[in-house]
Amino acid sequence: MSYLYAAYIATWAIHIAYLGYLLRRYSRLRTEIEALKRKR
Amino acid sequence: MKRAFPILAVLTAGLLSYGLYAALRVAPTEQTMGDVQRIFYYHVPSAWTAFTLFFLNLVASIVYLVRRNPKADALAFAAAEVGVVFCTVVLVTGPIWARPVWGIWWTWDLRLTLTLVLWLIYVSYLMLRRFSSSGQTPVMAAVLAVFGALDVPLVYFSIWFFRTQHPQPVIGGGGSIDPRMLHVLLINWAAFSCFAALMCWSRYQLEALSREVEETQALESLLEAGSS
Repeated sequence: MSYLYAAYIATWAIHIAYLGYLLRRYSRLRTEIEALKRKR
Repeated sequence: MKRAFPILAVLTAGLLSYGLYAALRVAPTEQTMGDVQRIFYYHVPSAWTAFTLFFLNLVASIVYLVRRNPKADALAFAAAEVGVVFCTVVLVTGPIWARPVWGIWWTWDLRLTLTLVLWLIYVSYLMLRRFSSSGQTPVMAAVLAVFGALDVPLVYFSIWFFRTQHPQPVIGGGGSIDPRMLHVLLINWAAFSCFAALMCWSRYQLEALSREVEETQALESLLEAGSS
C-alpha cells in the first residue's frame, strides 16, 4: 500500500510543482508589465 | 476560452477527484499484484496524455516549419513542456510500481529505455529553447521535434513487436481487462487529458504574453537609444 501512496503523492507533487512554476512565471511577467506601464 | 477556463477548471477538478476516488475505491483489487496495481490508473493515462502532447508538439512544429506562424511555435513549446511533465510522472510511477512487482526499480528493457530516451529528447528540446539565443532557435527546435516524435511510436509499439519485461498493452493487445477497471482507466484518462489541456493552454498564453513583453522591452530600449 505504501508504494501505491508513494506513486500517487509523487504524481501530484510533480503536477503541483509545475503549477507553482507557472504561477511564479506569471507573477514575474506581471511585474515586468507593470514596470513597462510605469515607464510610459 | 478565457471565459470558459474557470468552468473547465472546476469540471477538471471534479473529474480528477472522482478519478482518484474511483482508482482507490471503485476499481476491483487485482488478484496477483493486489493494491499496488492501482498505480496503473495514474501511470497509463499519464503515458497516453504525454504521447498526445508530443503529437500536438509535432503537428504545431510542422505548421511552424511550413507557415512560420509564431502562434504554432508557442503552442509547440507549451505542448512539449507539459508533455515532459506527464512523461516525468510516467518515469517516476513506473519504477515505484516495478519495485514491489518485479523486485527491481529499473531494468534496461526496450520499453523503459525508449521512454527514458523520449524524455531526454524533449528535455533537450526545452534546453535548446531555453539557452539558445539564435534567431533560428524556433526552426532548430521544430526540426528536433519532428525527429523526436519518431520515438513515440517506437515506445508505443515496442511491447507489440519485442519481448519485454513491461506488460502487454491493455487495449488492442489481445489481452483482456475487467470492465470496471477499464471504466476507471478511461475516467482517469479523460481527467488527465482535461488537466493537460488546461495546463497547455495556460502555458501557451504565458508564452504568448512573455513574447509580447520581450518585444515591447526591445522596442523601448531602441526608442531610448534613439532619443539619447
